[in-house]
Amino acid sequence: MSVLVSKKVTKRFGGLEALAKIDLEVKEQAIHSIIGPNGAGKTTFFNCVTGFYTSEEGEIFLGERNITGLSPDRVTRLGVSRTYQNIRLFKNMTAVENILVGMHPHLRSGLFGGILHDPRTMREESAAVEEANRLLQFVGLKGKGDLMAKNLPYGQQRRLEIARALASKPTLLLLDEPTAGMNPSETQEMVYFIRKLRDELGITILLIEHQMRVVMSISELISVLDFGQKIAEGTPDEIQKNSRVIEAYLGRGAASGLGEKVQ
Amino acid sequence: MKKPNSTLWKQALRTGLIGGAVVLLLALVGIIGSFKDRDIIRGWVSMGQILFLAPILLFAINAARRAESLSKIGTIMAGAISGFSSALLVALLPLLGQAINLRAMFANASPELYKILTFGQELLLGVIILLLVGALIGAAGAAMLLIPPRIRKALSQAVVWVILLGLLRELIMVVLSRWGVVAYLFRWLFAQNGLAPIGAVTVFVVVGAVTYWSSGRKRVAVNTLPPQKKRRRMLITIIAAGIILLILPLVLGTFFSEILDTVGLYILMGLGLNIVVGFAGLLDLGYVAFYAIGAYTVGILTSPELGLFHLTYWQAMPFAVVVAVLAGVILGLPVLKMRGDYLAIVTLGFGEIIRILALSDWLKPWLGGSQGIQQIAHPWLGGLEIKNQTQLYYLILVGIAIAIFIAWRLKDSRMGRSWMAIREDEDVAQAMGINLVATKLLAFASGAFFGGLSGTIFATKLTAAYPHSFSLFVSINVLSLIIIGGMGSIPGVVVGSLVLMGSPELLREFAEYRYLVYGALLVVMMLMKPEGLWPEARRRLELHEAEELALGTASQPAPDSARQ
Repeated sequence: MSVLVSKKVTKRFGGLEALAKIDLEVKEQAIHSIIGPNGAGKTTFFNCVTGFYTSEEGEIFLGERNITGLSPDRVTRLGVSRTYQNIRLFKNMTAVENILVGMHPHLRSGLFGGILHDPRTMREESAAVEEANRLLQFVGLKGKGDLMAKNLPYGQQRRLEIARALASKPTLLLLDEPTAGMNPSETQEMVYFIRKLRDELGITILLIEHQMRVVMSISELISVLDFGQKIAEGTPDEIQKNSRVIEAYLGRGAASGLGEKVQ
Repeated sequence: MKKPNSTLWKQALRTGLIGGAVVLLLALVGIIGSFKDRDIIRGWVSMGQILFLAPILLFAINAARRAESLSKIGTIMAGAISGFSSALLVALLPLLGQAINLRAMFANASPELYKILTFGQELLLGVIILLLVGALIGAAGAAMLLIPPRIRKALSQAVVWVILLGLLRELIMVVLSRWGVVAYLFRWLFAQNGLAPIGAVTVFVVVGAVTYWSSGRKRVAVNTLPPQKKRRRMLITIIAAGIILLILPLVLGTFFSEILDTVGLYILMGLGLNIVVGFAGLLDLGYVAFYAIGAYTVGILTSPELGLFHLTYWQAMPFAVVVAVLAGVILGLPVLKMRGDYLAIVTLGFGEIIRILALSDWLKPWLGGSQGIQQIAHPWLGGLEIKNQTQLYYLILVGIAIAIFIAWRLKDSRMGRSWMAIREDEDVAQAMGINLVATKLLAFASGAFFGGLSGTIFATKLTAAYPHSFSLFVSINVLSLIIIGGMGSIPGVVVGSLVLMGSPELLREFAEYRYLVYGALLVVMMLMKPEGLWPEARRRLELHEAEELALGTASQPAPDSARQ
């Protein structure tokens, strides 16, 4: 069963076709990677899925439901959640508050509940704070809840961003370069962590990644974009041998004989 | 980081020249001249002299502080150099005035002014004295840095209090006149004009001694107290503050009640705008519109002059607030997509539209055009008509208490977090499932609620609503008081309002210079304390948590920043 299906999704910026008829299918509980050179349209695709951009053509389905053209907050409420390539935490809010904002769709209390502090609101709030602390512990940030997001070290900010994304209880999690700027040991930890997300929480993961070592070790399926086109799709083994992929990465002429160096 | 001595001397020189320039400005604007006979201490020190010498002193202290890495002598030298260079610049004025007639350009550059600047002596002798006095004041200021902090604090507090009491003599006498016999305990401190010399000495000694004594005591930081004690202390503080607020108008009299009413209305507006600007980060420059809508709606509904409706204030007030809230939503709808500067301009336009509509001939039958609406009803409470400043004070106080409670609760609620998230990053907030339309409209509506409420009280206070009461300046003032107090901070709104709206009333004596002083205060304030007078705990963290982390003390973050 597929969690996400995109059918011929096309996005143009002026004359530039950032995405051209992208067909993509993400299987339930898969770890699926999108790779491609800079400017291939990977993040644009994420933005189309999450509703931040509206695609000019094509349709996107979340399970059975057509989510094309829905606003980002609606898409999030339907179970899609994401992180950003350049970390975008609410910098001047504490770690716990960041996660509480992530829980927004699951909390009910409104203006008057907030003012009057009726028992239901209070119960909901304390449960939410408890849950937020649990999430912090899950991502390995126990005890950091009251620190400003911007004062956390880089690697922890990445984890906090993921915790915030998990707070909305997504069925599909989009990770945009989760290991960017990390050293080898941090990267390895992140790989384990992403597996843990899938194995323990059963979340389907779609990720954009540049480090080939990560991509090849973690992905079950890889889609390769280049200039807005999907040029290949397959298992890590298949992709490593694909001559079009090698050409896209290393240029024409490199395709013969250099394949094994890609990894 | 040790700087070479020559740089420090240059810095001292430069600081001194800036101080001199400040004195020149004050002199040429005419402040020093016009306050030469206004005594702070009768016969000893005049306001003019303080305005003339205080900048020299303050800049010298500043220069000396930078040179503290030098020896003691070096520090004093730096102060003296700064003071001397200030005096040098000031001395140019009478010297230049001797050679050419400056009055064509500077109306205040009169022989009387020169006389003040040269201490009433012959020109040459005067200039020499001026230079000496400058250097001495500078050295004295620098010496202040070298004495033990406890004594320094006592001395500076004592000086500040003497100046303050001398400055505010008028107002203090007004208050004293209400105290009957008790007044005689204090009256002898004052002369016709400023403090009496004996009074000045008394104030100096008493304040100095009290400061010295109290700064010597060990103080337990509230944060380190056990929670139970902390709560008790909180409760005591709140009760004490409540009692003081309740008896304040009775003690101070009508003049101050009037000032407090104005300040209070601005606090109410500030609390509302703080939700829009401080919490949600939506820059609104047309906030006066809601104030006007509140006032005019009450006018239309209660004024017999118009004869349209005959409601009482209490019946009209809810309508007025609802109309203001609706206006908030109506303003909110078209600006949902706008951010920052664009939003500011559109809201500015909205504020002006409302004012111009009130002024227009077209709506004259309902809004009264430039004559406004008169005979707006006073509120009745039981058999009591709330009509004078003191009674209105209590009405406003209740309004503020409710507003503070609501704002404080909202801030830590789910809604408050959504607003904060929008302020931080609108796109990500939306990606977190926050409905931007509803959340922003709620911010505008909540802000408009308090603006409207404040407007209804304003209308009933004046018993009239005139279009000119609702100029752009009201919006700017409210925004400024939020910034001065500290963006997003609730106590900041109160403090900002007291300083910004209260001080011009207290400075009335300065007449035409009032807004010059006020403007200068704003500039200095923003340079020295950009985070505001009473910043939100969060903002303090923003600025200082990184430092704490560096010191390794952040393992126990301040409890008040934590979520309960």
